[in-house]
Amino acid sequence: MNKFSNKMIINDVLCRAAAADKNLVVLCSDSRGSASLEPFAKNFPAQFVEVGIAEQNLVSIAAGMAACGKRPFVFSPASFLSTRAVDQIKVDVGYSHTNVKLVGVSGGVSYGDLGLTHQAVNDIATIASTPGLRVFLPSDNFQTEKIFQALVHDDEPAYIRVGRNPVADVYDKNFSFELHKSTTIQDGSDVTIISCGEIVQHAKAAGELLKAKKISARVIDMHCLKPIDAAAIIKAAKETKFIVTAEEHVKIGGLGSIVAQVVAENFLVKVISLGLPDSPVIPAAPEKIFKHYGFDAEGIAEKIYSSM
Amino acid sequence: MNLKRKAFELRKDVVEMIYRAKNGHIGSDFSLMEILVELYYRQMNVTPENFRDDDRDRFILSKGHAVESLYAVLADRGFFPKDDLKNFSTHSSKYISHPTNKINGIEMNTGSLGHGLGLGVGMALAAKMDGKNFRVYVVMGDGEVAEGSVWEAATAGSHYKLDNLIAFVDRNHLQISGTTEEVMSLKSQERRWESFGWNVISIPGNDIEAVSCAVTLAKKISGKPTVIIAHTIKGFGVSFMENQIVWHHRIPNDEEYFAALKELDERSARCE
Repeated sequence: MNKFSNKMIINDVLCRAAAADKNLVVLCSDSRGSASLEPFAKNFPAQFVEVGIAEQNLVSIAAGMAACGKRPFVFSPASFLSTRAVDQIKVDVGYSHTNVKLVGVSGGVSYGDLGLTHQAVNDIATIASTPGLRVFLPSDNFQTEKIFQALVHDDEPAYIRVGRNPVADVYDKNFSFELHKSTTIQDGSDVTIISCGEIVQHAKAAGELLKAKKISARVIDMHCLKPIDAAAIIKAAKETKFIVTAEEHVKIGGLGSIVAQVVAENFLVKVISLGLPDSPVIPAAPEKIFKHYGFDAEGIAEKIYSSM
Repeated sequence: MNLKRKAFELRKDVVEMIYRAKNGHIGSDFSLMEILVELYYRQMNVTPENFRDDDRDRFILSKGHAVESLYAVLADRGFFPKDDLKNFSTHSSKYISHPTNKINGIEMNTGSLGHGLGLGVGMALAAKMDGKNFRVYVVMGDGEVAEGSVWEAATAGSHYKLDNLIAFVDRNHLQISGTTEEVMSLKSQERRWESFGWNVISIPGNDIEAVSCAVTLAKKISGKPTVIIAHTIKGFGVSFMENQIVWHHRIPNDEEYFAALKELDERSARCE
């Protein structure tokens, strides 16, 4: 495990970009600490806007600034950003089509036992279903850097969810990356595991565990959930026996639902979806929660082994 | 140009649009027409020619359901051909029943209430950051200020001392279900905004000279944003529509259509 959370990497990318682009601005809702943004706030005070604990206003202000040529990156805990500001995200960002990048920090169950109030367990469902919004869930530091290096230069709205804690590296610095395409981490012919965000490290490890049991698993990192890389899903459906999805999100409306829809419309194979339940999760540390609900590496591998 | 007369003339365009489309919010349109006319003909630096310039003034109709009045003004100012008004609310037309920025002259999509002031704060902040002198104007309905997001934006507007932001509350005392006081009390608007740190100007909002004085004064204020509480009459200009809740979005029948045009003609002719 390295020492850096993905949000720390985002801060670094934005600091570098802000030095060259005065229109790049960062807004937060009393969340500069939660978002690891103190370095940005300190070094670029003229490009940093504190909105206070007011998520609706946070998004509207960003949209207004974007309409005047600014390139706002909005930071707030994913749980609040993706629920309290839904109408502003829908109207001011998606519908008005403003160049606002919405960064949900400490997403999923990052906050462990703080309860459902602080857990973003349905943000993919909410935002991916909103017209005009792209959705990204980076897996590790290298991919986070690549995604944000691209986003600081493009003009389209997006929602990006990252976790709170340091994550294991999935890639090295020379890995192959396309912003709107999935990355196949490991090829395989028996089964496909599709994952996103910080569960990808578990999907990758599950692929290794299955290899030891002579099961050939294809492991796909679907860091961009919208637009979805349908071609990779259809190819997996055709070339492997079934698909397992693993995500830090409720099963309704998340990665599993999106993958199942692509499969159902194109080439039918079984899709097993692993994720959070339709109820408050157990109070525990994130890794314990993943294990409890069966989508850590061992859980994913076990599910596949028993389904073969 | 006689802007008092202009406001009555443009109301006739609104009547035509709504009568033809069988859709619209005529009472709300008439309530704020003097505000729009004053801003677009005398106060704002925004024209069809400069609409893409960074330094233009910005306008947001936060009470987006009054879009017919905005369409009438924009067409008359040349942002798009007046003939386009015939396409209002027709199948696949871009002239839908709320503002969209697909239409020349419109900055932001609105319709869901309580968004405009936050958007305006963002625009005014962007202007300050860049040292630009443009102003941002936002028109809200009085029923709209029940939205909590309005007060989030009001807080930020004074916190950031946005003296380049001028907001209106179209205080016509009526909303779709009844009087504002029956639905959710809005009394003491002036004191509410003052307590949020705004410069407050209270005027009779269908008196275009009062609107003019208020905006002229607001432009001279520094260090805080201004809100103009425009005490208006819903349906102003057609006597049988004035202060009648039903005319929030009633569609005139044939008789009412002709009567409305006749009265607007008469009132327009009386303008000196």
